[in-house]
Amino acid sequence: MTIGLLLLIMLIAPAAAALLCIFIRKAEFAEGVNLIASAIVLITAIPLTVLSAGGPYRFWDDYVVVDLPGAWVTLCTAIVYFLASTYAVGYMRLLKEENEKLWSFYSLFAAFAWTVLMSTVMNNAGLYWIAIELTTLVSTFLVGFERAAESIEAAWKYIIIISAGISLALLGTVLFYWCGSFVLGPTYEMTWDTLLAAAPKMNPALAALSYLLVLVGYGTKVGLAPMHTWLPDAHSESPAPISAMLSGALLNSAMLGIVRYLTIAEAAQGERLARVTLVAFGVLSLLVGALFIVRQSGIKRLMAYSSVEHMGVIALGFGFGGPLGIAGALYHMLNHSLNKSLMFFGAGNVMRSYGSKEIRNIHDVWSRFPVQGALWLAGAAAITGAPPFGLFLSELVILRAGFERGYDWAVYMMAVLLIVIFIGFLNHFRTMYFEADGARGIAAAAISRWCVTPMWLALAPLLVFGVWWPSGLWDHFMIAARMLAGASP
Amino acid sequence: MVLTHLDPLAASVFSLMAIASLLLAFVMLGSRWLNNYLYAFAAESWIIAILSATVGFYGNYPELYFIAILTALFRGLFLPYLLWRIVRRLNVAREIHEILQPSSALVVGAFCVLFSLAVAYRVGASLGLSATVAVLALTVMLSMKLIGFLMLAVRHEALSQILALLVLENGIFLGAQILVPGMPLLIEIVILFDLLIVVACFGVLIQYLLAGAGTTSSLELKRLVG
Repeated sequence: MTIGLLLLIMLIAPAAAALLCIFIRKAEFAEGVNLIASAIVLITAIPLTVLSAGGPYRFWDDYVVVDLPGAWVTLCTAIVYFLASTYAVGYMRLLKEENEKLWSFYSLFAAFAWTVLMSTVMNNAGLYWIAIELTTLVSTFLVGFERAAESIEAAWKYIIIISAGISLALLGTVLFYWCGSFVLGPTYEMTWDTLLAAAPKMNPALAALSYLLVLVGYGTKVGLAPMHTWLPDAHSESPAPISAMLSGALLNSAMLGIVRYLTIAEAAQGERLARVTLVAFGVLSLLVGALFIVRQSGIKRLMAYSSVEHMGVIALGFGFGGPLGIAGALYHMLNHSLNKSLMFFGAGNVMRSYGSKEIRNIHDVWSRFPVQGALWLAGAAAITGAPPFGLFLSELVILRAGFERGYDWAVYMMAVLLIVIFIGFLNHFRTMYFEADGARGIAAAAISRWCVTPMWLALAPLLVFGVWWPSGLWDHFMIAARMLAGASP
Repeated sequence: MVLTHLDPLAASVFSLMAIASLLLAFVMLGSRWLNNYLYAFAAESWIIAILSATVGFYGNYPELYFIAILTALFRGLFLPYLLWRIVRRLNVAREIHEILQPSSALVVGAFCVLFSLAVAYRVGASLGLSATVAVLALTVMLSMKLIGFLMLAVRHEALSQILALLVLENGIFLGAQILVPGMPLLIEIVILFDLLIVVACFGVLIQYLLAGAGTTSSLELKRLVG
């Protein structure tokens, strides 16, 4: 079984790295081990995603599943993990005062990646919940790693809000189990497949209640408005590589849960309610994202609200549904993971160079940092959905899916809000790039190659995906759409 | 165990315990003193542990005895002890920053219960279980959830927030024992995980104190806005 072996290697590598860092407490060793682990994860995740098209594969007594939607999120996670590990080598060396604790940072980093990877392959709804809970526990310490009062505040809000939200998801999970017990008897294994198979006979009222609880619960973790309040704080106060992981990997893994429950709720005769609520959350996230992006003053908070916006777009894609909607949403996940990593890396570099998180203190990026400035600006254009980058294509597909499935109102809202975000977001970049400053001297921190190379690595595929949508990818998405369409045609 | 053909004695015992733990949630809601919170929480956990054992006895689920022991040990003894030590060390005896007076909070809590009852009644009716203990279990489950959120919203002492989170989960345990006693593995793991959450919260809390904020009230957490 090639797939089983690949999966095993992929899951063992970060876990081993996390343990090794604890035993050998040396900064250089830890960054090396983490980087190697992330490279192994990426190398195994690519064939895993390709092979997963052959149908869902189950391992270890059905507790683990490799299916296309899950493997796709695994791939996004692996990419972000690799890019962020590369970037972390350069970035964390800039934080001289943290040098003593760097081993613990890398240990937690690898453990965080491991928990996110685990959550993407869990086949049991209860174990999935536990994996998501674990991601919170590990990442809390990464959010509060810098020990500044702001970081601790962000970590506190993060753990309290997420735990409260995720407990709603637990209630929903328990109620879904109860739904299923009328069909399957009092004791059964709560895998996604058994739930889906039992769904048509479930009581629609109870299934709807359970779905709404799960949606709000995991929606808190995804950062859908109005449950997004932890997100800007956690993203802006954690070290830049962690911000990238939170945004590009963690949010997707929670979205996966919503999508799986959506399929079940749909099969339980609740299609209209399930889809309309997800679409409504998506539109609301776009609205909140747009409002806060326009009036934002912090550079990393700007990126964080952009994550809220893009999670809204992905929620819209899945909410519209149909082959087009699912394909667009999955494609958008990948593009967003690449692009948001690029944006957080750029923001981290700029933050370190200017010694400030405030947009108003950042000037003349263009003339001071021509190369990485250009990369970051290209990323900014891409993230607002400008052609010729991947996000333009995926947003267009989602818009089309909306028309096709009869959600015209949501499509118009989305289009208007995306334009507002385009203007607001790029306006901040205009002030940072082209407004002259009061000749305030900056200590140009040594931004090493480690900090710039991952930006190249993220931008290149983004550009490729924008001009060329590989046909193999399209076939993959169609298979995923069929898997997610489940019982309904 | 089928909810529709339940031994009447078992049904009354379950109802009694569900109502008792709801009452204890109200004790927590209506008190200003952190120690009272803690005692109420510990008592609630013990009631849930006894409930697990009774459900295990009547429904023939031997693994529920194990869960009852875990619940009593972890949630009934170990967690309250840890929290009690923190209360002593921090020297915060009572909630000072409440937004809502305890008396008003009790009234809001009562409305939460009414709302939960309405939801549970509808769901129960559509399942054909309206006259059974299931409706009561669902009511208590949902209302403890809402009361937990109410406590999170109106209390600002860090410890109250941790306790509110635990109440959120107590509600789920209680309901799960009655509604889905055949779902054991998840529950026993979750009991252990709760402990981890609380320990993680402590970690953050202590770091926060070290960072020199000098207070454990979340009202002071207002650096990050917008």
